[in-house]
Amino acid sequence: MLDLTYDAPAPKVIPGATGDWELVIGMEVHAQVRSNAKLFSGASTEFGAEPNSHVSFMDAAMPGMLPVINEFCVEQAVRTGLGLRAEINLKSAFDRKNYFYPDLPKGYQTSQLYHPLVGEGEVLVDMGPGLARRVRIERIHVEEDAGKSIHDMDPAMSFVDLNRTGVALMEIVSRPDIRGPEEAAAYIAKLRQIMRYLGTCEGNMQSGNLRADVNVSVCRPGDYERYQDSQDFAHLGTRCEIKNMNSMRFIQQAIEYEARRQIGILEDGGKVTQETRLYNPDKGETRSMRGKEEAHDYRYFPCPDLLPLEIEQGWVDAIRDSLPELPDAKKARFVTDYGVTEYDAGVLTAEVENAAFFEAVAEGRDGKQAANWVINELFGRLNKEGLGIGESPVSAAQLGGVLDLIAEDAISGKIAKELFEILWEEGGDPAEIVEARGMKQVTDTAAIEAAVDEIIAANPAQVEKAKENPKLVGWFVGQVMKATGGKANPKAVNQIVAQKLGQ
Amino acid sequence: MSRIDTETARRVAKLARIAVPDDDLPALAGELSGILDFMEQLGEVDVTGVAPMTSVTPMRLKRREDVVTEGEMAGRILSNAPDAREGFFAVPKVVE
Repeated sequence: MLDLTYDAPAPKVIPGATGDWELVIGMEVHAQVRSNAKLFSGASTEFGAEPNSHVSFMDAAMPGMLPVINEFCVEQAVRTGLGLRAEINLKSAFDRKNYFYPDLPKGYQTSQLYHPLVGEGEVLVDMGPGLARRVRIERIHVEEDAGKSIHDMDPAMSFVDLNRTGVALMEIVSRPDIRGPEEAAAYIAKLRQIMRYLGTCEGNMQSGNLRADVNVSVCRPGDYERYQDSQDFAHLGTRCEIKNMNSMRFIQQAIEYEARRQIGILEDGGKVTQETRLYNPDKGETRSMRGKEEAHDYRYFPCPDLLPLEIEQGWVDAIRDSLPELPDAKKARFVTDYGVTEYDAGVLTAEVENAAFFEAVAEGRDGKQAANWVINELFGRLNKEGLGIGESPVSAAQLGGVLDLIAEDAISGKIAKELFEILWEEGGDPAEIVEARGMKQVTDTAAIEAAVDEIIAANPAQVEKAKENPKLVGWFVGQVMKATGGKANPKAVNQIVAQKLGQ
Repeated sequence: MSRIDTETARRVAKLARIAVPDDDLPALAGELSGILDFMEQLGEVDVTGVAPMTSVTPMRLKRREDVVTEGEMAGRILSNAPDAREGFFAVPKVVE
């Protein structure tokens, strides 16, 4: 595989009253598996349905109901693991995590504590051209989601919707390798991108199918390197866990706040207490969930309703063979094959559909020029109108047609933009439009000469001035372009004007 | 010998959401200890190198296909609920 080489970015440093501090962050990302049915029942996973309509007797924990695992959810988790270059455990098992909450009718969540499906892997988190953080993945386990409680519909009651209960989740646990708020957001973005390439998670943070618990601690410069050398957590500070974050912006704000809070405690001679905290985006601060700690005695034990999950190496290999090209490889290939910059390659490969569109345009054409048009004209316009690539009024074939006309010198860059505008508004075949509307570039020297002569004859004063000031040539070129409706070949106009003005 | 004291019994009852009057806790603690002591006899067996038995007969975990086969019966799902409103289960307020 082609690979770009990266340097590690510098960690975020927060200057304190007693010297510099660094951040150490580990994350647990809960990603909803993309599947039709739930992990242990045949109810639909569709988002936004009428409350309690996608609920089976199993999900509602009716007595006597037994779980039967959805094999595709396992496949999706394996595929995700392979996409994160992780070990796949051919034997894993489910455990019960016991706690009481109204949106968890069974009184336990079926999860994988002791024997997760996926073991160690890694993610390369892009932090700018030539810079990337390698974040180690500790494990991915498969578990079921809980339902949803709504607390603001009635002053005395909470309302519970079990549609989400039992939807398969992948909990992706990282090592504490993330070194700043921006890296944390970029890490989630990268996981999201990889899973969207793989088709294993929609990655829509608003609808909650990607959520994160963020572990934050602070240490002095040098401590983290000592941890890396020894893998001894004693070199790191005490961490706090910020629960259930589903916005990149809030994740960054919460980490920033939490780090400063911990630094404040330490610099006042205090000690950070390991605890779970919640971020309040309105106040911009985290607060302790103390008091609920007692409830967090989960009394895990192996789930007696489910045999261990045994999968075959041949099945895993078949999934591996069906993996699509992933973002890192695609980006490297775009740089090599199309000669685009690493930055542009990053933009083009951000979403798999965008990358496919670009390739359709660039195929057999000038890659750099294709990248410019796709990024600046098309993506720029789509963003402005709030459209996705799937809704683009201009197809890859149409945009490719525009580039062909430029390459043939049939139209100038300026006319090409007008043509793009017509395609956007009205559609049609680029070559036919250019022909039908007389947009073809005039390369006929005699015609251009005639136009130049006309402008010179009409502006004797300017001609005199141009003799003193050669920069005025540009003014003549502009006038000729205007007179020809922008269709004259600018290179030819420049030459002829300079020649006629005797320069 | 494992001993469940009154405090542990109280905690276990609370985690299981079972209301146990204080007067009953000592007896409960004694019974729980008895159960654990009984189970601990298993500790006398040397199981070094023996894989945990997960099933009496060698069986493969049963799988289902990714097909929607159930649901669309909110009325039945809610029919046993003590209180349901507008398609939701309604429960005494749980505060975050």
